[in-house]
Amino acid sequence: MTIGIRKVARPREMTFPESLYLVEIVKGLGVTMGHMLRNIVRQEGIMTMEYPEVRRRMPPRFRGRHRLMRRPDGSPRCVACYCCATACPAKCITIVAGESPDPAVEKYPVRFDIDMLRCVFCGLCVEACPCDAIRMDTGWFTPPDDSREKLIFTIDVLLEK
Amino acid sequence: MPSLTIDGKAVDVPVGTTIINAAEKIGIEIPRYCYHKHLSVAGNCRMCLVEVEKFPKLQTACSTVVTDGMVVRTDTEKVRKAVTGVLEFLLINHPIDCPICDQAGECELQNYYMKFGLHKSRFALEDKVRKKKVQDIGGQIVLDAERCILCSRCVRFLEEVTGTRELQFFRRGDHSEISVFPGRPLNNNYTGNLADICPVGALTSKDFRFKCRVWFLKAFPSVCTGCARGCNVEAFFKGDILYRYKPRVNEAVNRAWMCDFGRLEYKKANNARLLVPFVREDGREKMMSWGGLLPQVAYRLKDAVEREGPDAAAVIASPQSSNEELYLVRRIASDLLGTKNLAFTSRVPGDGFSDGFLIRGDKNPNSRGAQLLRIPGGPAFDELVVKIAAGKVRALLLFGDVLGDLTQEETAGLLSMVPFVAQAGTNEGPVSAVATAVLPIASVAERGGTFTNHAGRVQRFHAGFPPRGKAKDTIGFLTSLANRLGAGWAFDGEASVFRALAATEGPFAGMSYESIGSLGQEAKG
Ligand code: SF4
Ligand code: SF4
Ligand code: SF4
Ligand code: SF4
Ligand code: FES
Repeated sequence: MTIGIRKVARPREMTFPESLYLVEIVKGLGVTMGHMLRNIVRQEGIMTMEYPEVRRRMPPRFRGRHRLMRRPDGSPRCVACYCCATACPAKCITIVAGESPDPAVEKYPVRFDIDMLRCVFCGLCVEACPCDAIRMDTGWFTPPDDSREKLIFTIDVLLEK
Repeated sequence: MPSLTIDGKAVDVPVGTTIINAAEKIGIEIPRYCYHKHLSVAGNCRMCLVEVEKFPKLQTACSTVVTDGMVVRTDTEKVRKAVTGVLEFLLINHPIDCPICDQAGECELQNYYMKFGLHKSRFALEDKVRKKKVQDIGGQIVLDAERCILCSRCVRFLEEVTGTRELQFFRRGDHSEISVFPGRPLNNNYTGNLADICPVGALTSKDFRFKCRVWFLKAFPSVCTGCARGCNVEAFFKGDILYRYKPRVNEAVNRAWMCDFGRLEYKKANNARLLVPFVREDGREKMMSWGGLLPQVAYRLKDAVEREGPDAAAVIASPQSSNEELYLVRRIASDLLGTKNLAFTSRVPGDGFSDGFLIRGDKNPNSRGAQLLRIPGGPAFDELVVKIAAGKVRALLLFGDVLGDLTQEETAGLLSMVPFVAQAGTNEGPVSAVATAVLPIASVAERGGTFTNHAGRVQRFHAGFPPRGKAKDTIGFLTSLANRLGAGWAFDGEASVFRALAATEGPFAGMSYESIGSLGQEAKG
């Protein structure tokens, strides 16, 4: 492949009235005032959203913060098969499997951590899961926090939602 | 020698060879479940069906002996269809537990399904015959009867190898299941092998259970350090943690097996490791750097020799060390310190259990190597202990984590007679609890070298990953110590030491890492 060269037009010189700025400032203020007045009269048309009180409705396939699903009896549906951890390109899922007291379950995750700082929200973990135990349908972004540790979501946090 | 063609390729094999082995010789792998190279032929799984010209029906490759001029085809549509059919039958009642099955990733059902099956199940889930899962049947084994494909490898192993016959098939038809007799769990020292030979996840290891998925593990060839047999093993690790040993086939040593004690030997490389050099001053431990501690060790040894004569210094070698390390240790003691106080012992605490099969009474991998390298053992060790107890030794360099079969108290009592004890060891133990200076060295998974087994077979073990913590490769440590004692050695890794060793030590003459290869070579004498 060869790289083509494109000529980009330089900004033209300012005309004399423009270089005085005065007219342009008045024009700009006009736009601002116009918006302000319109927002006062017609509030439903405001574009800005008052996050986090008000949230945007995400499309159904939006990949948001993960959650782990539960069985009807409340125990985690995850069987610690490591498929998600294997598929994860960011290597951000840490699982420690254990022997479940319920012989019908056998294997369950003692630990299940997702490092949200490393997650790239690709959704491959969800694709990989044979048990539909992990989903990204919360419609949530990862909220900001003040330490790295708090952004490593543990199994309790993931089971909450 | 009958000659035959398999898939158009000609091959000559000895009389009595079966088709499956003849095919293996020319690199054609015929699928199999019940056939195992080290067990008798059962011919019950029907996975190995092949087409043989002039035979009206498909033949089982594992039990059909070749004849001259035979024409075998393994790749025809007829064979493929038959194998797919067999696989479908085997999977009818299979629980497809892969997400919670430890065998997943090294399961022959999974592998052959991807190769020959890829069918949708025609059997409704609720029609499957359920059997008992998660059964602790003793030894190192967990049984899941549902996953069993009734290949009888385990039954034959317990009949032909251990002779203990604990497992048997019960009931008929699709209710057939493998189990132990009531009240008679597995009771032999080789149960771990069952998890290896079971081609599916019916028999899995209790120890490895749920620890790690096998596809995360990497393996390297090693030698078990559990006894003087030196079973060849494959060591599996992730990061700097060993997860399991599996036997590596060596017909001359362990065939395809290893004992249950040896199988757990890997834990020593993980747990209770010595990872930082330290000195003990007035009962308190003080962390040191290698740079700070090594000169001190060299100085104390030299000082004892200079002040009170060479026999005020002593070196206790360890049969857990490699040939290379023992050779350097001997040269340090005899050539550099000039002391006659050099000895080792093969004794360890415990009963020294042995059987006529693999397990040896000597629980060290390299006692024979120490003997061949002319390090005095047996009575020499006892004499040295007497000398130490009499307070005649002023500085002691000690290898290993235990002092023969002495108890913790006896070790502490004996070593308190020596003003300076430097230990080069891998694990915490009675010696590291009292030594004046502790030098942490690499475990068997972190360094390379050779062991000489009880029969004089020299076998290589390899480093899988770099030493953990501040532990140091023994060869590097011995070389710097020797150089501080005025040696001027330029050894760089175990290979260079082995070359020097082979050049001067009679029993190892003419040997090299190449000639030892992966299966070992007998030393002379
Ligand atoms: S969304 Fe992607 S990066 Fe994040 S945990 Fe799942 S697989 Fe890993
Ligand atoms: S893939 Fe699903 S069942 Fe398996 S460990 Fe991940 S969340 Fe659990
Ligand atoms: S035995 Fe093999 S196929 Fe069966 S559940 Fe285990 S891994 Fe899956
Ligand atoms: S338990 Fe394993 S080795 Fe034994 S018969 Fe069943 S599948 Fe074969
Ligand atoms: S391998 Fe031949 S019948 Fe099982």
